[in-house]
Amino acid sequence: MSRETVLHKVRTALGRSAGQPLDQPPPVRLRIPVVELEARVASFCTRIESLAGKTHAARSTEDALEYAAGIIAGRTAVASNAPILRECGITALPGVRTGIINRDELRALCATAAVGITGADYALADTGTLVLLSSQQEARMISLLPPVYIAIVKRECLLTGLDELLTVLPRPAEQTSSMVLITGPSRTADIEQILVRGVHGPGEIHVVVV
Amino acid sequence: MSTLFDEKIHETLADPKLQLAIYKATGRLVEERRKAIEPDICPDYQELRTQANAVKRHTIEHLDYYLEEFARNLEAHGGKAIFCRDAEEVSDFVLSLAKERGAELIVKSKSMTTEEIDLNERLEHHHLESVETDLGEYIIQLAHERPYHIVAPALHKTREQVADLLTDKLGVPRETVIEKQTMIARAVLREKFLAADIGISGANFLVADSGAVVLVENEGNARLTTSAPKIHIAVAGIEKLIPRAQDLAVFLKLLGRSATGQWLTVYTSFLSGPRRKNEIDGPEEFYVVLLDNGRTKVLADREKRQSLYCIRCGACLNHCPVYRKIGGHSFPWVYSGPIGAILTPQFLGVRHEPGLPFASSLCGACAEVCPVKIDIPQILLDLRSEVKKAETREGTNRLERLAFRVWAWVMRHPRIYEIAGMAAAALAPSRDSGWVRSVPVSAGPLRAWLSQRDLPPAAPKSFRQMWRDR
Repeated sequence: MSRETVLHKVRTALGRSAGQPLDQPPPVRLRIPVVELEARVASFCTRIESLAGKTHAARSTEDALEYAAGIIAGRTAVASNAPILRECGITALPGVRTGIINRDELRALCATAAVGITGADYALADTGTLVLLSSQQEARMISLLPPVYIAIVKRECLLTGLDELLTVLPRPAEQTSSMVLITGPSRTADIEQILVRGVHGPGEIHVVVV
Repeated sequence: MSTLFDEKIHETLADPKLQLAIYKATGRLVEERRKAIEPDICPDYQELRTQANAVKRHTIEHLDYYLEEFARNLEAHGGKAIFCRDAEEVSDFVLSLAKERGAELIVKSKSMTTEEIDLNERLEHHHLESVETDLGEYIIQLAHERPYHIVAPALHKTREQVADLLTDKLGVPRETVIEKQTMIARAVLREKFLAADIGISGANFLVADSGAVVLVENEGNARLTTSAPKIHIAVAGIEKLIPRAQDLAVFLKLLGRSATGQWLTVYTSFLSGPRRKNEIDGPEEFYVVLLDNGRTKVLADREKRQSLYCIRCGACLNHCPVYRKIGGHSFPWVYSGPIGAILTPQFLGVRHEPGLPFASSLCGACAEVCPVKIDIPQILLDLRSEVKKAETREGTNRLERLAFRVWAWVMRHPRIYEIAGMAAAALAPSRDSGWVRSVPVSAGPLRAWLSQRDLPPAAPKSFRQMWRDR
């Protein structure tokens, strides 16, 4: 429609001509501290808990399964197709639906389920953030529609922070249409600055580090 | 200053409940930000600001290049870039797309850009239902108001007012507990999300090297808006570009901290194109509207184009002694506070509200807290000079010009100055103590100026006299 008009107005305003080359942009600023794995796990858990999320450092897959089963407690749950959930045996728990690849079916299920369960592609230790890339394994709705959310994170996925994530994944769009960073439960303070959790997304979040 | 601007200011000042609400909310945001940038928590805060300013400057100076790069990469991922000159082109695009796809219901996540072009009203005019889903935006949509604050749109509403609104508009029993009010909104909006045909979002950043839209939020409504419906349209001003995904390491840290004191907001979405073949959910169609609507006019001014660096964090509002007294609705346009005071005259013309650039003490707090280092006080001064030049051209400030000419003449003639000083001292009503509260000329054109100021009494002897007598 107005592509050429708008671009022409921009060039005129800047005194540039079409196709004029670029000056060197300022170099990217990324700082990655050296932090031992144990310290990363500790910081990650502390941050999530400071945001009223729950964490569990699991000693084994069995331990992770036991913790998750306790949260699900027989309620209806939707699990993503992440291999880690199968490895832990979570997908075999009663009440847990998994393996869904149809968009509408998944959405309907997520809209009624009590619990959503996913893996995580990465996690950021300094902010307590989960990083999920949309794929065949991970759908967008599971971490979003059910009121309770459980994420199972492998220890080796723990990065120091955002700077390391963007070093490992300099162009996320090459891999996925959607990368989402999740830092704590959904919240709002729009009425009188009073904090309320679970406004649109899950108000309860549990993160298990395996 | 227009009468309307003046009236709104006095209305706000006369409402003690509103005064307290503004004071508390902005005060809390100031405190949260302060804690989040403390040196032991964010040691490189100042370096981040310097980098953000450098990146924004570079991007804005080469905006045509990055717009083209963005559009190219977006389209490589199956999305479409829609360039629009103004509000009408945006609503025409949305309306024709909705018509083609048979869409009736639109869900919206918070976007100042769509507020700027009154998109909801334009769509509703054509019988499309367009529902705001951010809790604060939903409340003000029910109340038919505009946002009170860039990041806290319903800052001025009390729980009682929200209770009345929900009862009036939704027919639910009156509920004054905030948690329960939130859950009522959640239930209503959940239905809308699942039924909506189109989701419209704004954009916090547009990433050129990825063709991606980045959205930050706390509620999850932006994720739902951009993922649940089959069509996602992001509406963004052309100035939202940053060159590289890696630049987000700087901007995301600054935005959350400056806005609400969060190290990162609850959700950050990095979205590029519709869902890919192997993905389970996400939209089937993905459009990014790149809106001019006056931005190229701002861009043409070499000094003031830095106004376009703004990332809409709202920190300048929270720290502004003027905003904290007069509130968001006194400002003549959707953008309020210091950033509104520099954007409004540049977008709508300096004559739209000539009093606006003058409604500032130039204390400089806004520039000090701005995460991208926009020199707001300097731009206010430039705009003041433009207002005066426009008035001179139109001949509307003859009296003021005459007064200053007389003043300048007196100042150049020491004898006249001395006589004038003696005359003023003789005429002044009180010379013994305290301040002069009623000045004889206070009924004239200086009324507004003097109503806020007391004058010091004239000294018994002028400096010149004391110098001669020494």
